[in-house]
Amino acid sequence: MSRTRSTLRRSLTMVGAATVTITALAACSGGGGGGTAADEFTFLAINENTTIPTVLTSLSENECSAQNDALPLKINKQAQASLDQQLQLLGGQDALPSAFISANSPDLMKELSAAGKVADFAGTDVSDQILPVAASSLEGLYGDEEIVLPSELNIEGIWYNEQLLEDNGVEVPESWGDLTDSFATLSDAGVQPISAAGQGGDGWGVTRWVGAYIFRDLGPDAMRAVDEGDAKVTDDDYVAAADAVGELGAEGYFGPSPSSIDYATAMSTFLSGDAAYYYMGSWAVSNFNDDTQNKIGADNIGFLPFPEVDGGKGSADQTPANTGTGISFSASAFEDDRVKDWADCIAENYGTVALREASQISGFTVNDEVETSDLTQMVQEQIDATDQSIAWFEALMSPAATTASQSNGGPLGAGQLDGVGFMSAVQSSIGN
Amino acid sequence: MNSVLGDKRAIALLLGPALLVYSLVMLLPMLWSLGYTFFTGGVLSGFSFTGLSNFTRLFSDPAVGPSLAFTVKYALLVTVGQVVAGYLLALLYHFFLKRASNIVRTFIFFPVVLPTVAVSLLFQKLFEFAPQNGLVNSALNLVGIPSVDWLGNPDTAFIVIVLMDIWRAMGFYGVLLYTGLLDIPDDVVEAARLDGANTLGLVRHIVLPLSLPVVISSAIFSINGTLKVFDSIYALTGGGPGTSTMPLTLYMYRTSFAGGDYGYGATVALLLTVLCLAVTVAIFRGNARTQQGADR
Repeated sequence: MSRTRSTLRRSLTMVGAATVTITALAACSGGGGGGTAADEFTFLAINENTTIPTVLTSLSENECSAQNDALPLKINKQAQASLDQQLQLLGGQDALPSAFISANSPDLMKELSAAGKVADFAGTDVSDQILPVAASSLEGLYGDEEIVLPSELNIEGIWYNEQLLEDNGVEVPESWGDLTDSFATLSDAGVQPISAAGQGGDGWGVTRWVGAYIFRDLGPDAMRAVDEGDAKVTDDDYVAAADAVGELGAEGYFGPSPSSIDYATAMSTFLSGDAAYYYMGSWAVSNFNDDTQNKIGADNIGFLPFPEVDGGKGSADQTPANTGTGISFSASAFEDDRVKDWADCIAENYGTVALREASQISGFTVNDEVETSDLTQMVQEQIDATDQSIAWFEALMSPAATTASQSNGGPLGAGQLDGVGFMSAVQSSIGN
Repeated sequence: MNSVLGDKRAIALLLGPALLVYSLVMLLPMLWSLGYTFFTGGVLSGFSFTGLSNFTRLFSDPAVGPSLAFTVKYALLVTVGQVVAGYLLALLYHFFLKRASNIVRTFIFFPVVLPTVAVSLLFQKLFEFAPQNGLVNSALNLVGIPSVDWLGNPDTAFIVIVLMDIWRAMGFYGVLLYTGLLDIPDDVVEAARLDGANTLGLVRHIVLPLSLPVVISSAIFSINGTLKVFDSIYALTGGGPGTSTMPLTLYMYRTSFAGGDYGYGATVALLLTVLCLAVTVAIFRGNARTQQGADR
């Protein structure tokens, strides 16, 4: 009897101990990732881009309402600066949302594609809706795989406040020399010449100037040469470009402290009339057309292709054109017919709705008539006139080199870092 | 009770679950991370064995030196600041405010319970330079000093980080050290006063030696926290301007998660672990020597 009781007690103790262990382990384990059949069309957007969520929401209420009934749209947002990191982690855990803003770094998109994490639209109905000019721009970045949808088709260049230039007797500059002269004139008159973001990951507001200068000075293939290992950004020619921008910074042309300015503040500085020039992509036209944001008036904004540099190999006709912020789909989600329906509907209607809702030109065919603003039409004409498009400074860099470049953009624009310092930081992350 | 604790099986049974959980959630990830140092790649591209190349890279990486120097400089300054400010507060509570110190303690302790990100945002606004002046620059302008770009320059950004982290934690160390002061017998203090010790002498010869163990504990607490600083700097400067305020932790995080290179990130983490270990050993040795001296 006593033996039975002791055995019973022992087994009870063992069961108790096991229960404690299992409970503790269960408490420690986190929630499982996604990946199973979803009941929502989840979309990961970024805080900095309001156009895509606006267009998708409009689609879900109008053109794609049937798809939305089958699989309701659910948009989550996060900061652009940490998007790549988020996508890497989610990709690694097979937990990517149904669709998401494509990674900032094309390199990462290619890596996601190589790992079979993102949908390839080649040969689908979606592919047929992409404009040839957008398709060729995407091909330059991602090769033959169609893994990014062109929710934007942008040109980049320098936007200027016509009134401010006129008030200070500045003609629209035609060369880099004219441009820097005009900075000096404006600065002497107490006007901040350039508005640019340089805070942390928003430092591309400054590095775009470096890239544009490189393309004008060394020609459109200059960054491809770096990518292929034929040149280093620490070579004298490249450093000269960073120095040219660093000198603008040392003169204070980017404002008192570009390192403290984020994307939204840079935009509002220009749209409040507090700065004369603003290098930006045409995605900003939707902000320019918004009266609540734009205090200087849309008809007061002019566009200047980045000017030519004396003796440079590039020309002002080579327009930085890109598909900007794109949309990608998770490969596993794309196996679901309801997600495929969403993709088809987006491809068919995005072009029209983006123009209608946000004056945004996209890389999709526009299947309906839409009335557009003068600025939007001007951008469209520029896109149509573009013979050769060029990418941006970091387009071919790895995520690590992109981070190194962008986080050092602010100090370069503040004149704290010279060309060698900036390019060395970038080169050490490029690594070859 | 003795019979239970004398039984090895009982001990194993009682400790087993906790030990197992500890091993799974602490030791295993640490060993796992150590293993990563011999690999390159990430979760997407997969891992490949690279031998010691992460370690050779660590020694030739131009970003590691400044990051390590920043970490050490920050940890030393902030630890000294936190403990000294905490000690001064404790003296203030115990010898001057006495019973009235409750309300002051509560106010000074308040930042400890605030989320780090909230404190960082607060300091960002306080020390703002562009697009508009924060409170600090406005105050400087009032007395005729031009605005300073606090967070836009490496040196001044460092000052703001140090000030913020001292301000944030001094209430905690104040309370911790205050409890140490409460342990000092009143009659010893009274006797010293009767012998004619002035305040400075009293603190130096009586209060400080008697509260030394708790001061050393505070220093250990503080240095371990400051060597691993992450959230406050991430939220305040993001390591900027450029990479001038980037501690090893942030560099490790960027390398692993933004750059997708887990192997090299783990190697940077190992460097940080070795640094923490060295500092802890140094403090314990110093402490043991002090105690030996006291015992003699």
